[in-house]
Amino acid sequence: MSSTDTPTDAEEKVAADHARNDLVARLTAHLGDGFIDSHLVAGDDLWVRVSRDSWVEAASFAKTSLGFAYFSFLSGIDWMPSPFGRDMDAQVDLQLDGSDEESSGDDDTDSSAIESGVAGGDTRFQVFARLNDVVNGLGITFKVDIPDHDLSVPSWVGVYPGASWHERECWEMYGIDFIDHPGLRHLYLPGEFEGNPLRKDYPLLARRMKPWPGIVDVEQMPDDDTDADDSAGGEA
Amino acid sequence: MIDATILLGELAYWQQTSLRVVGGLAAVLLIAGTLVYLHLFKLVSFMQSRLGPMEAGPFGSLQLLAEVGKFLQKEDLVPRKADRFVFLAAPFVVLVSTFLLVVVVPWGPDAWFVDSDIGIYLAMAVSSVSVIGILMAGWGSASKYSLLGGLRATGQLIAYELPLILAVIGVVIQAGTMNMQLIVTAQADGAIFGWDGIGNPYILTQGVGFLLFMIAMQAELTQTPFDMPIAESELVTGYMTEYSGMRFLLFFIGEFATAGVFSAIAAVLFLGGWYVPGIDSDDNILNVIGPLVMLTKVVGLTFLVFWFRFTFPRFREDQLQKLAWKVLIPVALANIVATGILKVAF
Amino acid sequence: MTAISDREKLSYIAAQAADARLNLELETEGMTLNLGPQHPATHGTLRIIAKLDGEQVISAEPVMGYMHRGYEKLAEVRTYPQVTALVNRIDWVGSFANEVPFILAAEKLMEVEAPPRAQWIRTALFEMSRVANISLFLGDMALQLGATTPAFFAFRDREHVLNQIEAVTGGRFHPNFDRIGGLKDDLPAGWITETKRAMRKMRQFCDEMEQLVLGNEIFAARSRGIGVIPADIGLSYGLSGANIRSSGVDWDTRRDNPCGLVHSELDWKVWTHPDGDSFARFWVRLQEVRESTKMIDQLLDGLPSGPIMAKVPRIIKVPAGEAYVETENPLGVMGYYVISKGDLVPYRVKIRSASFSNISIAPWLLKGVYVPDIITILASLYFILGDIDR
Repeated sequence: MSSTDTPTDAEEKVAADHARNDLVARLTAHLGDGFIDSHLVAGDDLWVRVSRDSWVEAASFAKTSLGFAYFSFLSGIDWMPSPFGRDMDAQVDLQLDGSDEESSGDDDTDSSAIESGVAGGDTRFQVFARLNDVVNGLGITFKVDIPDHDLSVPSWVGVYPGASWHERECWEMYGIDFIDHPGLRHLYLPGEFEGNPLRKDYPLLARRMKPWPGIVDVEQMPDDDTDADDSAGGEA
Repeated sequence: MIDATILLGELAYWQQTSLRVVGGLAAVLLIAGTLVYLHLFKLVSFMQSRLGPMEAGPFGSLQLLAEVGKFLQKEDLVPRKADRFVFLAAPFVVLVSTFLLVVVVPWGPDAWFVDSDIGIYLAMAVSSVSVIGILMAGWGSASKYSLLGGLRATGQLIAYELPLILAVIGVVIQAGTMNMQLIVTAQADGAIFGWDGIGNPYILTQGVGFLLFMIAMQAELTQTPFDMPIAESELVTGYMTEYSGMRFLLFFIGEFATAGVFSAIAAVLFLGGWYVPGIDSDDNILNVIGPLVMLTKVVGLTFLVFWFRFTFPRFREDQLQKLAWKVLIPVALANIVATGILKVAF
Repeated sequence: MTAISDREKLSYIAAQAADARLNLELETEGMTLNLGPQHPATHGTLRIIAKLDGEQVISAEPVMGYMHRGYEKLAEVRTYPQVTALVNRIDWVGSFANEVPFILAAEKLMEVEAPPRAQWIRTALFEMSRVANISLFLGDMALQLGATTPAFFAFRDREHVLNQIEAVTGGRFHPNFDRIGGLKDDLPAGWITETKRAMRKMRQFCDEMEQLVLGNEIFAARSRGIGVIPADIGLSYGLSGANIRSSGVDWDTRRDNPCGLVHSELDWKVWTHPDGDSFARFWVRLQEVRESTKMIDQLLDGLPSGPIMAKVPRIIKVPAGEAYVETENPLGVMGYYVISKGDLVPYRVKIRSASFSNISIAPWLLKGVYVPDIITILASLYFILGDIDR
């Protein structure tokens, strides 16, 4: 029964915290310089950023020594803000947001604008993957920086065969090469497809052709000022 | 068909022939139609908690005509790479085997197409013709699914022909004849331990044979659980994949008519055929009642066929072969031996 | 549970090996069979290219993308409340369950918690979509093995659950009912009694399936020892849900990482099966439906009163951060990795869908089996195409 497995919140938090702290310590000890950064939310989640060279080592250590036998997913992140800025969104949203439009048409990587998430990051692209320990119910998110000049990272297929499709997806969506992947070919997209759709500089054509009408969920309240933008949203 | 038999002596040959053709068509198409409506449309629908066709005619009874009309209107597609002649001829070969089968079935004391002394032997022989038709369809379609289906069907039909024939041999030994008509009268004149109230339907003495015959028949008809050759969920109806319109309809009629005819043969062999207890087996009235009695028995037996079809999952090909060669055939052989010994003993 | 007959398994393996040897000696020519993208066994548009040697599969490669809709990209230009309408369509037979982990992830980032009543109703609807989803599987697997009637029974009885979902949400397939901070509406009057009746019917349906399908010797012969997944292989391929539990791995995120749903307050059991074959997967799923109906009964009995919506701003801006929430969806573990930059729209949403990982084991699993077993294995892995292609 579930009640036996779930101690009270406070207890669990502390226990999990110990467990996660221990994980961080063991990873640091094992990977040495390969361990770059980590982010721990007590009783909740753990992020670990490793260097590209110890990417595979981190996985096999987690699998064999830390008990993270379960491969959950692997994917990429593009930290460069969209060069199309917020003009992909409706004007209504921009006004609500208050922020002004980003400079559109700026295609190049503007590294000054790059702002990475938890556990930090120095590059535009990151690959992240999640592993689970099914016995203790823990999870780790591993992140690795992918330098712009060499978009490649060693493949995890040797450690987790299930990573194969995830890496194929990441490869076609972000253009990140996975070294030693047995069959890096298109998964979703047709073979002759050009471009990497999930990159931020890949325009969502539907939005370029026809701007989104805005937050249509916003119901008009009786005391609201009626303005032109709102009515435009309503009609869509 | 009844008239035909009574008047046979007084009619010219061509007249007899045309009457036989009409009778044969009626026997095949009426049975197929009845089975499709009663079993496929209604019985199965009730089993699956639906109503089945309800709109066309009272209780959807005209749905059949609508379906036939639909199939006739459809384009008769032939795949570009098909072996054209083989592809086009295959449904007819299958249907011909059904017509050849119906020939030997007696429907009343005088209502028969051919009163052959080797009736059941002929029936077992011509039932194999459909295998050729199926293999033709499988090969001619130029489709991998069809080819797999056709090959599976061939393997299966050959495997199950044996238990089918061996199951019949028990009856033949007991009746002492291969003439279908005489098998009926042998049952009608028989007696159960001296009591001849209902004759002696061979299901009582050949119960094992009946069981084997029904199982092998299910397989010969490629109905679930033996429908590996047409398996919709993997081979997309196997050898029928590429057929459409009229030719698909022919396969369809062939399937149901063959079910009916095989049931008719089973009824003759095991259930006493057209004989009605209490009526003298020479009575002319049986020429009228007989076909109806037969039809009832056919519907009853096909009910079993379709009941199993819509209840069971299907066997895998190797399991199916294992069942035929390791279970059915030894049992059938034992049945023959037992029947032979008892025949000599009594 | 029912111990698998080792003899049967071994004889099957021996037969496979013998076939392979024979084929090698005879040097038969291979054949490539293309199953799909339109094939009755693929629930949509999955395509499997199988290289065959006779009826034996040498290698099988699933090809997908025929229904790729790019939800990860689309989610980047939709506001958080709008995303639920998209993700509804990932696993379209248990669609409410798709919304839950996304909403939970957003709530986690916003540090909002739904009021208890909303959480309980959310859990009830979550479990109901499991019942609706897996009951379809129970009929469908039998259909794939050639038994047509169970599929009709499944569609008939699934209707009871769908009607109840519709009564609350207004949508049978795409409820779009979950909101950040709670639910759109409260329950309609009389719903609880009706739902309990529906759950009784579902339990009857489970009994019926147990007798009609599970107890059938042919079904057992077709599924026992077919597609055996060892636990460690299953884990490294990321299999989840009933697929991994039927390999003896006792892992259920509902119990092990309860996150925003109230499963921990219920009395229930995680079912596992040691065999790891197709039969075990069917068996585990059947037990799960039964368990879910019991859970729903408990949820309805213990439903707390109170509001169904926490206080959230009308225009939802999610604070910057990253959160990953996974829940035990009908098909397996479904997770959303949401990265926010404090905007109206998520910066990046990674959708970890269950079927994608579940089906990724197919090339490994299909090697060496016979053509009919492809169908058994695919059916027993149970994927929804929208959940693969996203």
